[in-house]
Amino acid sequence: MAKKDLIGGSLWEQYSDKVTQRMVNPAFMGDITEEEAEKLGGKLIIADWGAEACGDAVRLYWVVEPETDKILKARFKTFGCGTAIASSDVMAEMCIGKTVDQVLKITNLDVERGLRDSEDTPAIPPQKMHCSVMAYDVLKKAASLYKDVDMESLEGEEIVCQCARVSLKTIRDVIRLNDLQTVEDVIHYTKAGAFCKSCIRPGGHEPRKYYLENILREVRHEMEMESVSGHAAVSDFAQMTLIQKHRAVEAVIDKEVRPILLLDGGNLEVVDMKEHPDHTEIFISYSGACKGCPSSQTFTLQKIENSLREKLSERIKVTPV
Amino acid sequence: MERIYLDNNATTIVDPVVKEAMDPFYCQMYGNPNSLHSFGTEVHPYMKIALDRLYSGINARDEDDILITSCATESNNTVIKGIYYSLIRTGRKSQVITTQVEHPCVANSCRFLESLGTDVVYLPVNEDGIVTPEILREYINPDKTALVSIMWANNETGLIFPIKELCKVTHENGALFHTDAVQAIGKIPVNVQETGVDFLSFSGHKFHARKGVGGLYVRKGTDLPTFMHGGEQMASRRAGTIDVPGFIGMGLAMELAVRNLEYEATEVRRLRDKLEDAILSLKDVLVVGRREIRTPNTILASIRGVEGEALIWDLNRSGVAASTGSACASESLESNPTFVAMCISDELAHTGIRLSLSRFTTEEEIDRSILVIRQSIERLRNISSR
Repeated sequence: MAKKDLIGGSLWEQYSDKVTQRMVNPAFMGDITEEEAEKLGGKLIIADWGAEACGDAVRLYWVVEPETDKILKARFKTFGCGTAIASSDVMAEMCIGKTVDQVLKITNLDVERGLRDSEDTPAIPPQKMHCSVMAYDVLKKAASLYKDVDMESLEGEEIVCQCARVSLKTIRDVIRLNDLQTVEDVIHYTKAGAFCKSCIRPGGHEPRKYYLENILREVRHEMEMESVSGHAAVSDFAQMTLIQKHRAVEAVIDKEVRPILLLDGGNLEVVDMKEHPDHTEIFISYSGACKGCPSSQTFTLQKIENSLREKLSERIKVTPV
Repeated sequence: MERIYLDNNATTIVDPVVKEAMDPFYCQMYGNPNSLHSFGTEVHPYMKIALDRLYSGINARDEDDILITSCATESNNTVIKGIYYSLIRTGRKSQVITTQVEHPCVANSCRFLESLGTDVVYLPVNEDGIVTPEILREYINPDKTALVSIMWANNETGLIFPIKELCKVTHENGALFHTDAVQAIGKIPVNVQETGVDFLSFSGHKFHARKGVGGLYVRKGTDLPTFMHGGEQMASRRAGTIDVPGFIGMGLAMELAVRNLEYEATEVRRLRDKLEDAILSLKDVLVVGRREIRTPNTILASIRGVEGEALIWDLNRSGVAASTGSACASESLESNPTFVAMCISDELAHTGIRLSLSRFTTEEEIDRSILVIRQSIERLRNISSR
């Protein structure tokens, strides 16, 4: 938040002149018939793509020369907002004269860049980056139809944030390398989640396969496990030494259990551990308000056991002494 | 190009008569009404007239209070957070009931209470798009419910809620009733005695007064703590130096609004219906809510194959101002909650456009709007092929 954020309603002021021009007069809007494709000597491809949550749907027409895989003509039809129409228009224009493989290298970032008036000023406000993604997806769809392959096979890596095209691997690496602790840090470092925000946590603009919150939690958990085990390779509870196990149990209790108990003026201590053939038994001793609390033998106990089982191993039993 | 303003549910033009009435209080009678000298006291007669006009506009009794606030958002915050302090934090009650279609100032105040541990129930709407007494009866709990807050008319759809009956159910269950009447004042009769509401909020700028001034009606005997602490203004119930010009303008605007109710119900309605009929004559168009239970100035239409933001952008280029609840047009990309609660069609969240008239809207403006809207719909349908 700052001075520039205090006056609302600035959405349209952030559109570039090119966005406005293409919205008003989309030069590549239209359709292509079988007859026309035949006359041009190419194969007609019609690809549909819709991002349901966005209320956008685009249809892309290509005439592709079979000998060279070159796109001779491209047109589109779009149901969507102004930036969706402008993105579709620049995307269709970009296809013309390129081969299908060359087109596959175009991303939504190129589409957005194609709409800029000047190199350094974004063509659209951050939340509208999402519209350019649809333009990119329909390209992939058209290419997959032409090549007669699955769309997934054309995507090299798992993309978490489509707006900024940030991959799962990049996000995981950046969290580790920079020891990132919060989702805000992840957004700041990677730019993932800075646009339509769908990939930050469930419940956003549209459902996603991966969410930054979950990725961060997983990576942090892995990092913790590595540090408690003192050995990067040992993250499997069963393979830990007794001291490693004790440290791992303490780490989980410190993070997941103790803060909750402290809120109610209670606490606990790990007093012993015993290895059984099929499980590890952990003996705990309650103190403070937990001592004598009926829940300490039921719900609280279950919560402690569940936390340890979830974080470390199913084969854990907790016994209060 | 003469622009046409069809977004009167967002704000309205200040009536030139109201502007004129405010004028002396900027450079001539600019005293602080709490001062004892002549600069302060000379504005009192004008303030009394303004207060009389507000009291009579909503039929409040002299023993009740109408606090002058900065806007309905402040009024709504005052009630919802006030009830939290008087009834919920003290442990006397634990629940607040509101609806899924409230304005953000009510919805987000309730969400804030939730974050403090209050149980908040968001009532759904029925197939007509309104909350009925039966729905309220299902959720209200005499032991728990402290406050029921339900808008008088919805800002997006114009749908009018049965306030009198809802208030009755609330009182039968020992709770207090608040209504956000922002979209009702000046469009339909608003009578606090007849409905029995305990609290009622309004904003001057929705009925041709200036932005930055509003009111909160508080029935005598209701327990509402002070929200704005400070000096002795408004009997210490709402501190802060009164916006004298705004207050005096709002008084006159209220009188004019009430005087024009008949015109709203006939002429504004006739123009609205003319516009609505013209839109409905196009194919694949839906208007939300039956006309009889809507404010006479509002149309919420869904036009198949035409995304809302694209349409209002196009209309704006032709000089017609409208609004949309489309997710694409919001800074947060979130769909308008009213649209989501209405569930009328999946497309509505993307294709809804709202046209709202006022008593300043002319027949020529409506005729030109009809042409412009038709052209834009045709153009955008051509792009979308739907």
